[in-house]
Amino acid sequence: MIDDSVAIEPLRTLRPTKGWVSLELSEIVQFRDLLMELARRDIKLRYRQTLLGIGWVLVQPLFAAGMLTFAFGVVAGLKAEGTSSFLFTYAGLLVWNAFAWTLSKASLSMVGNAYLVSKVYFPRLILPLSGTLSTLLDFSVSLSVLVAGLAVLHIWPGWPLVLLPVWILLVIFLALGAGLIAAALTVRYRDIQHILPILIPFLLYASPVAYQVEHIPAQYRSLFYVINPLAGLIGGFRWSTLGTAMPPVPALMWSIALSIALFLFGAAVFRRTEREFADAI
Amino acid sequence: MPSNAISICGVGKEYTIRHDSDAPTTLAEAIVRRVRHPLARTTREQFWALRDVSFDVQRGEVLGLIGGNGAGKSTLLKILSRITEMTEGAVDLYGRVGSLLEVGTGFNQELTGRENIFLNGTILGMRRAEIREQFDAIVAFAGVERFLDTPVKHYSSGMYVRLAFAVAAHLRSEILIVDEVLAVGDQEFQRKCLGKMRDVALGGRTVILVSHNMAAISSLCSTAVVLRAGRLAFAGNVSGAVEEYLARDAADMVGDLRGRRDRTGGGELRAVSLALRRANGDLTRSVRPWEPFEIMVGYESPAALHDVMFSIDIELADGTRVATLHSDFRGERFDVPAGEGTYYCEVHGLPLRPDSYVLNISIGGHALYDYVERALSFEIEPVDVFGTGRLPQRSQGPLIADYHWRAAEEVTPAV
Repeated sequence: MIDDSVAIEPLRTLRPTKGWVSLELSEIVQFRDLLMELARRDIKLRYRQTLLGIGWVLVQPLFAAGMLTFAFGVVAGLKAEGTSSFLFTYAGLLVWNAFAWTLSKASLSMVGNAYLVSKVYFPRLILPLSGTLSTLLDFSVSLSVLVAGLAVLHIWPGWPLVLLPVWILLVIFLALGAGLIAAALTVRYRDIQHILPILIPFLLYASPVAYQVEHIPAQYRSLFYVINPLAGLIGGFRWSTLGTAMPPVPALMWSIALSIALFLFGAAVFRRTEREFADAI
Repeated sequence: MPSNAISICGVGKEYTIRHDSDAPTTLAEAIVRRVRHPLARTTREQFWALRDVSFDVQRGEVLGLIGGNGAGKSTLLKILSRITEMTEGAVDLYGRVGSLLEVGTGFNQELTGRENIFLNGTILGMRRAEIREQFDAIVAFAGVERFLDTPVKHYSSGMYVRLAFAVAAHLRSEILIVDEVLAVGDQEFQRKCLGKMRDVALGGRTVILVSHNMAAISSLCSTAVVLRAGRLAFAGNVSGAVEEYLARDAADMVGDLRGRRDRTGGGELRAVSLALRRANGDLTRSVRPWEPFEIMVGYESPAALHDVMFSIDIELADGTRVATLHSDFRGERFDVPAGEGTYYCEVHGLPLRPDSYVLNISIGGHALYDYVERALSFEIEPVDVFGTGRLPQRSQGPLIADYHWRAAEEVTPAV
């Protein structure tokens, strides 16, 4: 039986909304099981009917790091100082993959789930967030290889290790911020889904994944950190795992501030355009 | 004490239709236009899909939502289930809303039945714990125990639909919104679905049901609302609503067949229109069981033809044929002069259960001249044929027989 006394106040009043609206994080918490189920679906489907299964998560970055180490370290001669070139590239690649996958999954999350968006209600932010969860799982699996590598080479980063989750969170924030804006735009302008796959691989070379920021002429380094906020985060991640030198504090501060700001801005843009998704998609 | 479950107040939804020629379809185009004409406004056409709709739904009520295509039913359902936002007005919801606008939303072909139950359930707004609790009931309702760990791509379409409805039927929201889902599955399963819906309502929950099937609306709903062209045309009891819905515009009454390309036959003679006419001369798209009426077949014949036969099939919406009215069965053949005209089929009454039916028209002689499938749809009205307030259900067969029961005149007393 439903208690009559609850009926006096409506549970929810629907009204037209205008402009910027709140993120309604409480509703996302309420729908957390959906978040988990969608992430589970992503993970299950990706490796169903494959021979290696989840093993592909290990193969991809190992192969890519090997190629990049060869191209940059061996051919171009940009050796990372004071650490293994391979692990240096591998660590950078882990951050890069987390960024690139989060960004591209978030940007496609609305259009790719159009049939859900037009048929059933749930907080729309769930869709880009669920893609992030499956990316984080991939990240953790690849991270175990890095940990093994560090153990073999007896590398111990010391106290900066505790900052590791912070860098990962900030990378996700940065990627989600851009991804949410892209997702909102993609609903109306499908060009975005053609632009990003072209753009993302080039951004890899614009980031210090296979080279060090120190390889850049000194007078351009500050500018580089400003233009590419990911550079500071990759540096921070290596500092917390490989024990390499800490990136300049202003660069770190800039990356931290920009990641948080872009995430908040992206989420706000997403929420603002969200109400048009079902009609425009 | 009755209280509101939903209160809808002055709801309107405006869609903007951009004209094709000037709508930017790519980002580059949109930016270029902004730069070139910073002050220009795009020409848009505004269109109200829904306007000034207000009504209340009481708790525990099963409300039928009726209306033709484009009347705004889907838009209203989407607003109530929060898929889209209204442009004006307000809606108060006194409870959690579960909506089922499509059977099997979010089902994934590659996932197993078990995985899909959890995925679909959470998509519909259930918690995992809730699903786990009802898991056995869902599986039993769908009857897919043996195939739980098989990917649903290997399911028959019947199993797929049963599983999808089963998940939705176990939603525990206080308000349930259902769009035309009763049109799926076999008759046995439809009976089960109808029963489930009734249980839901008896359990004190509120249901909004959209259907084109007037018989289903009549048997399930306690009240009904009719939408026409985005506005509220009627709100009140079911029989009044059905009457309002069936009283269509005159233009709607005649099935114009001139534009139909999906016809077969040599084309020596063509059916150009089909309409139903009551005994009092009114055109209609619905008749009562046993009511006499005429079917009017408008034709066009470039040349005179001899020994022409007309035939009309009556079918249920799912294609089940219930009768064939063939002129040759009655020994009736016609010499048709060149030109246009009308032939009439006098029907002395159809003993059919209230439901939606369709007519196929075929005309032939020495060969098939013309055949149009689904040329006209019509309703057998859900009237209280026996005066007992009970309507025959789909599971009880397509016919309404004229019968009654009696006891024997002489009774052998018990020893």
